[in-house]
Amino acid sequence: MASRQRGATDPAGDREILSAGDVARTVARMAHQIIEKTALDAPSAPDVVLMGIPSRGAPLARRLAAKIAEFSGRTVLEGTLDITLYRDDLRRGPTRPLEATKLPEGGIDDKLVVLVDDVLFSGRTIRSALDALRDHGRPRAVQLAVLVDRGHRELPIRADYVGKNLPTSKTEDVVVMLEEFDGRDGVVLK
Amino acid sequence: MKHLLSTDGLDRDQAIAILDTADRLKQALLGREVRKLPTLRGRTVITMFYENSTRTRVSFEIAGKWMSADVINVSSSGSSVSKGESLRDTALTLQAAGADCVIVRHPASGAAHRLAGWLKHTNTSVVNAGDGMHEHPTQALLDAATLRDRLGSLDGRRVAIVGDVLHSRVARSNVHLLTTLGAEVTLVAPPTLLPTGVENWPVTVSHEIDSELASQDAVMLLRVQAERMTGGFFPSSREYSIAYGLNERRLKLLPEHAVVLHPGPMLRGMEIASVVADSPQAAITEQVRNGVHVRMAVLYHLLAHEEETA
Repeated sequence: MASRQRGATDPAGDREILSAGDVARTVARMAHQIIEKTALDAPSAPDVVLMGIPSRGAPLARRLAAKIAEFSGRTVLEGTLDITLYRDDLRRGPTRPLEATKLPEGGIDDKLVVLVDDVLFSGRTIRSALDALRDHGRPRAVQLAVLVDRGHRELPIRADYVGKNLPTSKTEDVVVMLEEFDGRDGVVLK
Repeated sequence: MKHLLSTDGLDRDQAIAILDTADRLKQALLGREVRKLPTLRGRTVITMFYENSTRTRVSFEIAGKWMSADVINVSSSGSSVSKGESLRDTALTLQAAGADCVIVRHPASGAAHRLAGWLKHTNTSVVNAGDGMHEHPTQALLDAATLRDRLGSLDGRRVAIVGDVLHSRVARSNVHLLTTLGAEVTLVAPPTLLPTGVENWPVTVSHEIDSELASQDAVMLLRVQAERMTGGFFPSSREYSIAYGLNERRLKLLPEHAVVLHPGPMLRGMEIASVVADSPQAAITEQVRNGVHVRMAVLYHLLAHEEETA
């Protein structure tokens, strides 16, 4: 939606926070930050594995991996980690369908794992992801990258890489749209 | 879903949801050091087996344990059942003791349905692990999972079920589930081993195996259930084996991609020749492996959601 101004509110009361171009720039910036913080371009660089949390964390991890390869010349492995079986609220709603889990070749033992998700909110998803990782192996360290941090944490968890800090009220809804699922990129506050 | 009593009551979406969950569980557990998920922590699953079983009971027990449920096994010998306690009283006792799920195998057709009726106003789920000659839904689900692995989708696929259909709960559950999933089922058996009313089932019936094999995507062999037979259903085991057993010659009549299934326990040399059971087309050990994932999926769909007391 090229005609829409960033920050403008449409008749339905939705406010666009990031346009498609902003999402691309944000992912590129996060890729640079990951390269810098993990010293990925140094000779003694660690093995970095990006693990996307379905659904929208998975394509974000793929995009970050591609950008990291482009900027640093280093290939980083990526995979997906479904956390549904580790949720603490399964008995508070209808049955949740499971999503894919796919570990990269070689697993996560002694790797620097960067968890990737679209929105960081209560922190409960990340708590579940840490539990899930523990069952898959023993990474040497775990970091967290999120496209949007909307606040309202319920657990002592923070992200290492944040695309956009977005102060929200608890009643608002942050919707991340990605080409792979929604036909276009963007972040909207409803 | 509160209970799993039959595949008859399972619609396509529910069946596919369970099979998809089983696939995901298999994927999530692949190559893991710790084969344990915390999903059913603090839930109690009781298996209640009034008939002998190796694979089904063990499979349910492993499924529950891999999802961190507490699993307790009750068998009819060694419990108050041997003192004459009724199924109803045993079930109510187990429910009162805190069972979230009762998995029952019983020689009487309809036992699981009765049990679900008695536990209607409680939160306890019931899974039918085989009731007499009626249904064995998790067996049909693991068969479908195995066929999906090997053949992709079941839509338009042709499956022959061969042997003692009359006494087989596996056959009944499979006929319902396979047709729900879009497969065409052919029953192959001597007239004495077909139930009355089979003409109203959504299947084709044949008494001759050789002519059916070339067009099948899968053959499911059934054990001849001597323990349920009271009269003479066929002249001799040798004759049965010659007429309906899947031997090496018949294996060659099948298309190359066709899958051979057997719910076990197998009688090698009777309904299935040893070479056939060990051939690459046989998926019998895959069935057992898939059985664990399918039963984990069933427990997930029954226990991992908000309570429903319907």
